[in-house]
Amino acid sequence: MPFSAQPPASGEPYVLTASLDNARHLSSILRAVHFQDHATCFATANGLRVTVEDAKCIQANAFIQAEIFQEYAVQEESVTFRINLSVLLDCLTIFGTSSLPGTSTALRMCYRGYGYPLMLFLEEGGVVTVCKINTQEPDQLLDFDFCSTKVVNKIILQSEGLREAFAELDMTSEVLQITMSPDKPYFRLSTFGNAGSAHLDYPRDSDLMETFHCNQTQTNRYKISLLKPSTKALALSCKVSIRTDAQGFLSLQYMIRNEDGQICFVEYYCCPDEDITEAEM
Amino acid sequence: MWCELCQGNFFDEFQMEGVAAEHNEIYLELVPENLSRALKTAQSAKAVKIKLTNKHCPCLRVAVELPSLSSSSRIVTHDIPVGVIPRRLWNDFREPSVPDFDVSIYLPVLKTMKSVVERMKNLSNSIVIEANLNGEMNLKIETDLVSVTTHFKDLGNPPWTSEDGCQSSAQDRDLESMAEARIDIKKLQQLLAGQQVNPTKALCNIVSKRIVHFILLHEDVSLQYFIPALA
Repeated sequence: MPFSAQPPASGEPYVLTASLDNARHLSSILRAVHFQDHATCFATANGLRVTVEDAKCIQANAFIQAEIFQEYAVQEESVTFRINLSVLLDCLTIFGTSSLPGTSTALRMCYRGYGYPLMLFLEEGGVVTVCKINTQEPDQLLDFDFCSTKVVNKIILQSEGLREAFAELDMTSEVLQITMSPDKPYFRLSTFGNAGSAHLDYPRDSDLMETFHCNQTQTNRYKISLLKPSTKALALSCKVSIRTDAQGFLSLQYMIRNEDGQICFVEYYCCPDEDITEAEM
Repeated sequence: MWCELCQGNFFDEFQMEGVAAEHNEIYLELVPENLSRALKTAQSAKAVKIKLTNKHCPCLRVAVELPSLSSSSRIVTHDIPVGVIPRRLWNDFREPSVPDFDVSIYLPVLKTMKSVVERMKNLSNSIVIEANLNGEMNLKIETDLVSVTTHFKDLGNPPWTSEDGCQSSAQDRDLESMAEARIDIKKLQQLLAGQQVNPTKALCNIVSKRIVHFILLHEDVSLQYFIPALA
């Protein structure tokens, strides 16, 4: 085997090293935020965060905790780099996306530091793939400053309930209007498309409703095109938390359980569309 | 691309007459899709009859006899228009001679190779394929964004018995040294996508920087692909 194919031994000067027995745990969660080519990776001792943004209006974060990895080490307080997410996903799934039961792709990831490429070593059935993905200058990321004290309304739903709803949403509508209220209709999704308006109501005592904390009636609109990418995360998730703050910013947190039963999170932040007039309410 | 079928393995009845006794061959050109469409109904057929006819124009008639419960069976007939290639052009359709290759190696499981090449195709237009006589083969791409190398090992090299000593160049070769060729990745991907099953034998011959030659043997069908190297 040529020297380049040897995974580096630990103790070499890498600021980030991580190993996974099953690369799919990483690739499936990254696919949930893959709506733009580029992503910013942010690694700390707690784990890895991958952030994707679009049009300064939406931000998606995938969190992969350190515990998910079999080996995980960060030599500095934090390590940040920008990377082409499409390329990273192609590399992670080089041996195919649907692996047979009993076979999995092992992964070792190394990053030497600023200016160096991200190295991936993948192995399946004795076949080794080495990838060198060039890293880029990190972007200035949006700060949605969504802390729990500012949250006005919060709902936790079983994802299956929302999956059906999103599959049936009228995509000819430009916006999705979300109403959260301590009174009826409690939680309402509305669209205004070519064929007319549609409202979808979830009563607060629904079996799908895990938590219902609404303090105030809020009606906000969000560009449906911006929310569409989040359906990828919705499809994988088991639970979703929907929160809004006083300014109408939306936070969607998806809890994703991987094949080994470990929990990961994907989070979407979206800013509201322009104010709505009284008549439309 | 070169495909060879042994007629005895497929046909109960086989009859033909070439242009002349000393050139007992027929060369026809047709649209492959037409033939595959004609054979689609043949999946549950009792019998298939292929016949060269000349009704309005030269046609290859595929008559598919479908099973039925009653005594009269249903027959689906397709007439596939064909062009008859005149003898002066036959030379263009000769099987290319296999050049003296530097390395000959058995291919890995084609499914693995297919998914690797499919991902690499998303990243690059060309691929470097290299192998040595030590059973190792690498697939490599390199672009501004990324470089990816997949290493296969323990593949084994077929023992080529040199009949006339013309393959001796491969036998004197250093085991470790790689022969490589850069080829169009789309052509390699098409080859791999066309393979529905893993053939019983698949091998790859590389002539350094000139050509990659693939031979796939499956049951009684042999397929040969020649992919020239890019400059």
